[in-house]
Parts: sequence; C-alpha cells; structure tokens
Amino acid sequence: MKHIIHKAYWNYEKEEKWLNEMSAKGLALTDYCWIRYVFEETDSAEYVYRIQLMEHWATHPESQKYIDFIESTGAECVATYMRWIYFRKKATDGPFELYSDISSKIRHYRMVRAFWTGLTVLEYAAGISNIFIGIMAPFAVTNLILGSIVTALGVGFTMMIISLNKKIYTLKKQEQIVEA
Amino acid sequence: MPESQGALTEAVFYILLSLMKPMHGYGIMQNVSDLSHGRVTLGAGTLYGAIGTLLEKGWIVPYSGPPDERRKDYVITPVGREVVETELSRLGELLENGRRIVGGTTI
Repeated sequence: MKHIIHKAYWNYEKEEKWLNEMSAKGLALTDYCWIRYVFEETDSAEYVYRIQLMEHWATHPESQKYIDFIESTGAECVATYMRWIYFRKKATDGPFELYSDISSKIRHYRMVRAFWTGLTVLEYAAGISNIFIGIMAPFAVTNLILGSIVTALGVGFTMMIISLNKKIYTLKKQEQIVEA
Repeated sequence: MPESQGALTEAVFYILLSLMKPMHGYGIMQNVSDLSHGRVTLGAGTLYGAIGTLLEKGWIVPYSGPPDERRKDYVITPVGREVVETELSRLGELLENGRRIVGGTTI
C-alpha cells in the first residue's frame, strides 16, 4: 500500500534522518517531488537512506554517470529532485555511507553551503526590494508582507549556512590529525 | 619517482592495492573491507571521487574486459605501482621508527 506524506525540509540531514526513521517503522521512500513523499510498506528497517547534492542537475550526463556507479555498488536511486538525489540500500548489505573520509565530507558540505548561499542571496534581494516597494508606495501592504516572509526565509537559510560553517570548521580541525 | 609524492590516504592506498588486478567499483569496496577485516568501509561517493582523481593522475586506467560487462573495471598502471612502492618504503620507515621508539612491540 502506498502512503503519501507532504512535508517540507530545508535541512537535508534532518530529512535523511526522518526517512531512516520512517524506514525503521516499515515505510520506505519510493518517490519524492517538491514536499511530496511517497512511501511503500516494507519490513521494518529494510532500507538505509542517504540524500546528496550533486554538482549538476540529476539529469545531467555527469550526474547520471555518478548514479550508475553508485547503483553498481548495490544501492538504488529512488528519487531525484533538481540537484538532489535520494539513494537507498538494503540494510542487510551492511553499512551505507556515501562518504567515508573527511575530505569528501567537507567537499559535500561546501557544495551544500554554496547551494544555500545562492538561494539566500536571492531571498534577501527579493525580500528587501519588496519591503522597500512596500514602504515607498503607500498601501502596498502585499509587498510588505511578501517581502517580510521572503526576508525571514533568507534569515532561516542564513542560520543553516552558519551551522554548515560550523560543521566544515569542525571537520577541518579533525582533518589536521586524522583522515577518516 | 613520477612526481613528488606525499602520504597517500588510506582509501587511495587500499584502492591501488586492490587494482593490482582488474576490478570494478563494488569489487574494490568489498576487497578493501576484506583486506582490512571490515575496519575500512569505503563510501561509494568517496570511491567515485578517488577513481576520478587516480584516472586523471594516470595511476590507474580503465580495463577493457569482456564486452558484455556492464560494470567498468580498472587496473593499476606502472606509474601507480611506483607510487605504491614509494608509499611502502615510507610506511616501512614509520613502522621501523615507531617500533624502535615505542619499543618491543611486534605485529
């Protein structure tokens, strides 16, 4: 039986944790598209899920090459969304981590940070210009409200970038003494 | 010496050792896990990145096996072997010094 859940995540690590918790309950993700998650019923904890950001869109040949490679190691790509990829692997096939050393973890976090930095700049630009229009033109309440919401999103994204910075910093320090 | 060479990462060292005979990605992951008695688990994403870098450096090359094989095999090059030799003598020095100074421990 299929279960559809609508949910929005900004933080892919929290999202990944949630997918693994769902899997532990016997609900395994089979498809995802813009806040819509499709689950199938399986044995509990049959799959381990990993989410990752790609350098290019998932449809790009380079990304396809990568997905083919990961699938050749026994994992399965269940969904792609823009530059995000959702992999799963049978829990019985052993531990499933995409990155096993510090430098590749840092590289991935940096890519995620760049992704959110781009979006954050857009949010601030759109948000602040709308607030500006709202203040300049009397009764432009719509612009004020819209601008405030978008700016607030920008602030939220900024918090996430700060937390990514902390993670990268911690890993960089660790990298000075160990490699994995 | 192909080029001035720093310490190899554990992952790269074990990948090069695995590729002394032709092997595909999943084979490398299993081999590394076997060699290290399960201590080292290579992430598929990390392995993909490492293979790309090693190909660029010319330490490994694609190996053309049977044409119906879907998975791509790789094999070490003479340059790659030299790199492994250099690394072995570096590791030998580490071991020797470590044992001499810490003393008496035999593995």
